[in-house]
Amino acid sequence: MSTATAIPPESKEQAPPPAPEQQSYRGRAVAIVLAVFVVLSFPFRDVATLPLARSDLTGFQEWLGELSDKLESAQSSSAILQGLDKVSNALENIAVFLQELLSQPAFPRPVPEIGWLGVLAVAVWIAFAIAGWRMAVLTGVSFALFGMLGYWADSMDTLIVTFMAVAICLIIGIPIGIWMGRSKRATTVITPILDGLQTLPSFVYLLPITLFFSIGVAAAVIVTLIYALPPVIRISAHGIRTVSAETIEAMESLGTSRSQMLRKVQLPMAKRTIIVGVNQTIMAALSMATIAAFVDGPGLGQPVIKALESLDVGRAATAGLCIVIMAIMLDRVTTAASVRSEAIPSEHGRRNRWIALGVSGVATIACIIASRQYLDLANFPEDPDLGTPFSKMADSVSGFFTDNAATTTNAIKDALTYGLLNPLQTLLAESPWWLVSFVLLALSLLFGGVRSLLTSIVCIGVILGVGLWQDAMITLTMTLVATILTMILALVFGVWMAQSRAVDLIVRPTLDAAQVVPPFVYLVPALALFEATRFTAIIAAVVYAAPVAIKLVCDAIREVSPTVVEAAQSAGSSRWQLITKVQLPMARKGIALATNQGMLYVFAMVVIGGLVGAGALGYLVVAGFSQTELFGKGLAAGIAIVALAIMLDRMAQGTSARQATAKRRFFSRPTGS
Amino acid sequence: MKALRSRASLTAALAASALLALSACGGGDIEESGGGDKKCDTTVNMAINPWVGYEASAHVVGNVIEQELGCKVDYKDLKEEVAWQGFAKGTVDVIIEDWGHPALEEKYIQGDKSATDAGPNGNVGQIGWFVPPWMAEKYPDITDYKNLNKYADLFKTSESGGKGQLLDGDPSYVTNDEALVKNLKLDFKVVYAGSEAALITGFRQAEKNKKPMIGYFYEPQWFLSEVPLVKVNLPPYEEGCDSDPEKVACDYAKTDLKKIVATKFAESGSPAYDVVKNFTWTNDDQNIVAKYIAEDKMDADEAAKKWIADNPDKVEAWLK
Repeated sequence: MSTATAIPPESKEQAPPPAPEQQSYRGRAVAIVLAVFVVLSFPFRDVATLPLARSDLTGFQEWLGELSDKLESAQSSSAILQGLDKVSNALENIAVFLQELLSQPAFPRPVPEIGWLGVLAVAVWIAFAIAGWRMAVLTGVSFALFGMLGYWADSMDTLIVTFMAVAICLIIGIPIGIWMGRSKRATTVITPILDGLQTLPSFVYLLPITLFFSIGVAAAVIVTLIYALPPVIRISAHGIRTVSAETIEAMESLGTSRSQMLRKVQLPMAKRTIIVGVNQTIMAALSMATIAAFVDGPGLGQPVIKALESLDVGRAATAGLCIVIMAIMLDRVTTAASVRSEAIPSEHGRRNRWIALGVSGVATIACIIASRQYLDLANFPEDPDLGTPFSKMADSVSGFFTDNAATTTNAIKDALTYGLLNPLQTLLAESPWWLVSFVLLALSLLFGGVRSLLTSIVCIGVILGVGLWQDAMITLTMTLVATILTMILALVFGVWMAQSRAVDLIVRPTLDAAQVVPPFVYLVPALALFEATRFTAIIAAVVYAAPVAIKLVCDAIREVSPTVVEAAQSAGSSRWQLITKVQLPMARKGIALATNQGMLYVFAMVVIGGLVGAGALGYLVVAGFSQTELFGKGLAAGIAIVALAIMLDRMAQGTSARQATAKRRFFSRPTGS
Repeated sequence: MKALRSRASLTAALAASALLALSACGGGDIEESGGGDKKCDTTVNMAINPWVGYEASAHVVGNVIEQELGCKVDYKDLKEEVAWQGFAKGTVDVIIEDWGHPALEEKYIQGDKSATDAGPNGNVGQIGWFVPPWMAEKYPDITDYKNLNKYADLFKTSESGGKGQLLDGDPSYVTNDEALVKNLKLDFKVVYAGSEAALITGFRQAEKNKKPMIGYFYEPQWFLSEVPLVKVNLPPYEEGCDSDPEKVACDYAKTDLKKIVATKFAESGSPAYDVVKNFTWTNDDQNIVAKYIAEDKMDADEAAKKWIADNPDKVEAWLK
C-alpha cells in the first residue's frame, strides 16, 4: 500500500475538502446503500455464496500448483535459474564469513574470530561514531542483554541476516526510489508491484524461494529482502519528490542539468528522508526474523519456533525479548544518526569528536585483541543469567492469566462474537456474491471516487477468479472487526497520550514492544485465553495494529494548532468539549490515516490468524505451505488477501488520508507472515 | 566484507577494515579444538521437521552418528515440503520420521529419484478423534462415534454455528474430517484451529477446566503423556475404505512412520546411512525422549544422550 510506508501518495491536484452539504449527501448515500444491503440480505440468505470445501481445488488453483512443479523441473535447464544458484552461493559465502567472524565457531577455533567483548566494543564504537554517546550506551546495554538473556549467538546471527538483507535493499532500492521520484511513469508501474510485495503473505513465497535459493541463510536473506525492499523504495522516492518545486525551478533557471540537479540538490535535500527509509527497512527486515526460521534461517526466530512446538511460553518470550531489544536499539540509533546528519558541528566540536573517536577506537581494538586471547571474553559468560529468571517470570505471568482470566476473557469473546462478528459474517459471507460486490463497488465510488471504483472492480474480479469468494468474505469480516477494535483503542489511548507527556513516556515503549515482538510469542497465552477462534485471530491483529494507530492518532491531535486550543480553552470549553469539539474534528485527516494504516496492519496478520482459529484465507495460506497438494490453493488465498487489502486501502485513502502530511513514524511497517 | 562497507558510513567502514585486518593477522590465539579420531569425514544433513517427537528421533540418531562414527551432523529446521525439496539439492540427507506424503513420494521417489525410502522407523502413527480424559470418565459411551450426536450440544462454541464443534487443523496433516462428519451423519461442524499449538492448548485447557472438547489429534505425541487423551472409535479402518476422499466413512489408517533419505546419501557408502537404515524404536521410546524435551525442558541433544545412556542395547543393534 502506498501508505503502508507512512507516505501517502502525492496528490498535487487535490480537490479542496468537500463542503458540509456534500459530506452529508455522501453520508446519506452510504446509509442508503447499507440499508439496501441489509434488507436484501434476508430474502437471499445462503444464495450464491460461492463456498469451496476445504480439500477441493478449482481448476485455476490446480494450475497454480502445477506452475511451481514446472518451474522446478525447468530449474536444471534454465540459465536464469542456474544464475540464481550462483547468487545463492555468494550470499551463503558472505554469511558464513560474517558468522565465523561474529557468531559461530571459526574452524579450527572453537569460538568466532572475534569474541563477545570485541563485538560489543565495535558495536558501541560504531554507535558512538554515527549517533553519539547516549546511543553508544544504549547499544552497549543491548548487546550485553543479548548475552545475559542467553541468546548471544542467535542475536548475532539475526543481526547478520538483517544487515545483509538491508544492505542489498539499499543497493537496489535507493536507485529505484530515485528513479520513481523523478518519473511519473515509473511510479505508475512500480507502485502496484510494491503493494503486492508488501501484502502478499510470505508463507506463499517461502516454498518457491527454497526451490531457487536453497535453504538456510541465502533463503532467509532473500525472504527478508523481498519484504524489506518496498519501504526504502517508497521513502526514497518520496524524499526526492518533496524537494520543493521552487528550489528546482530556481536551479533550472540557473541552467543546472538533470544529473547535477540530482547530485547537488535533490539527493542532499532528501538525505534525511532517505535515512528514515533505512530505518524503516531495518525494522521491516527484523520483523521477518521468525519467518526466516521456517527455511532454516539462523537467528532468534529458531528458538521462538522451537519453543512453540512444546508450548514453552517462557523460552519464546525470552528470545522474543531479544528481538524487541534489538529493534528498539536499531530504531533509536538510526533515528539519532539521521538527526545528527543534519546538525552542523562547530570547528572546535569537530576536533574534540575526532579525538574521542580516536581514543575510543584504540580501546575498541584492545577489546578485540583481548577477545581473541581469552576464552571468557570470547564465549559469553553464563553468569549473570537473566534468561532463566525472565523465562520463569514470563511463564508464571502467562500461567496466572490463563488460570484466572479465562472465564472473563471467554465472556468477552462470546459477547463480541455473537454480538458483532457473527451477524456481520452472516451479512457478508452468507449473502449472494453479486449483492456484496454491488455494495463494495458502491461504497468504493462514494468513498474513493472513480479510481477506487475501478480498483475495486479489478480486485473483486481477482477474488472471484481465484475461486475463494466465501473465504475472502469471512476474512474480510474479521479484518473489519479488528480494524474497528483497533480504532477504538487508538482513539482512547491516542487522545490520552496526546494530553499528557507523562503518559506518552510510559505507553510509547510498550507500543514499540507490542509492534516488534514476534506474534508467535503470544499465540499460546492468547489461545489459552480465547481458545482457537476467529476472535483470537482478531486479538492478535489488534495487538499488532493498535500501536501504529495509537501513535498516529496521538500525532494528529498534537498537530492541532495550539492557538486554536488556547482559544477554545479561554472561551471556557471543558476538557471533554475541547477533545470532542475541537481536537478530534481538526485531527480528522490524521485519524483517517491511522484507520488506513491500522487496517493494513490487520491485514498483515491474516495468516498468523490462520494459525489460531481464523480459518478462511489465513488458514488456506498456512495449509498451502504445509501440504503440496494444497500449494495452488494457498497461493490463490495469498492473491485474494492482496486483492482485499488493495481494495480497502484505496477505498480508505479516498476518504482523506491522502491529504495528511507525510511525516516520519517509527515502526510503521506491517510484519509479513 | 563488501556487504558491510556498502551500507555503512565512512566511520563504520573504518571500523570494519580494522576488524578485518585484525582477524587476518591474529589467528588461533585460543587453543584450537582437537580433531578427535574420525572414522567418518562426511557431514550428515538431518532435517528437523517442526514437532517434538521428530526432534527426539532425529537427535537420538544424530547423536549416535556423531558419537559412535564421528561424522558431523547438521540439523536443519524445515517443514516437510521444504525438506523433501532439499534431497535433490544436497542440502538434506535424512528425514527421520515421515508420515506419508503420496504427492511428494511420487515427485521425488518415483519422479526424479532424488529420495529413497529407508524403511519404517518403528513408530506407528495413529490419527483420530480424541476427547479429554475427564469426558471419557463422565460419559463412558462417548468413545463410540454413534453416540456423538447425543452429546453434540455439549460441544457447541461461538465458531460452530449451532452444531457441535470438531476442532481440526494442524495444517500439516491430511484430514478427512469434513467428509467423515457428513458421511457418518454427525451434527458437527469442522473448525480449523490452524496449528498444533492451538490443538494442544485447547485440550490442555479443556482438561484443566473440565470443558467439553473433541478434536483431531495423533500419536505418538509428547502431549499425550501430559494429558492422556482418549480416542473416539470411528468405524474401523479396512483396506481401501479411504480411497475416495468424498465417501470416507471409516477411521484413519495406522501409519508406519518411515525414514526417507537422499538417494545420494544412500549410495555414498557412508556408515551413517547404515545407522539410519537400522534405526528403529517404539512409540514409548520416542515418548520418553519427547517428554524430556517438552516437559522437562531439556535440550534436545541432552535428552538424546540421556536416552542413549539408558538404552545401550538398543543403540548397539543399530550399529551392526
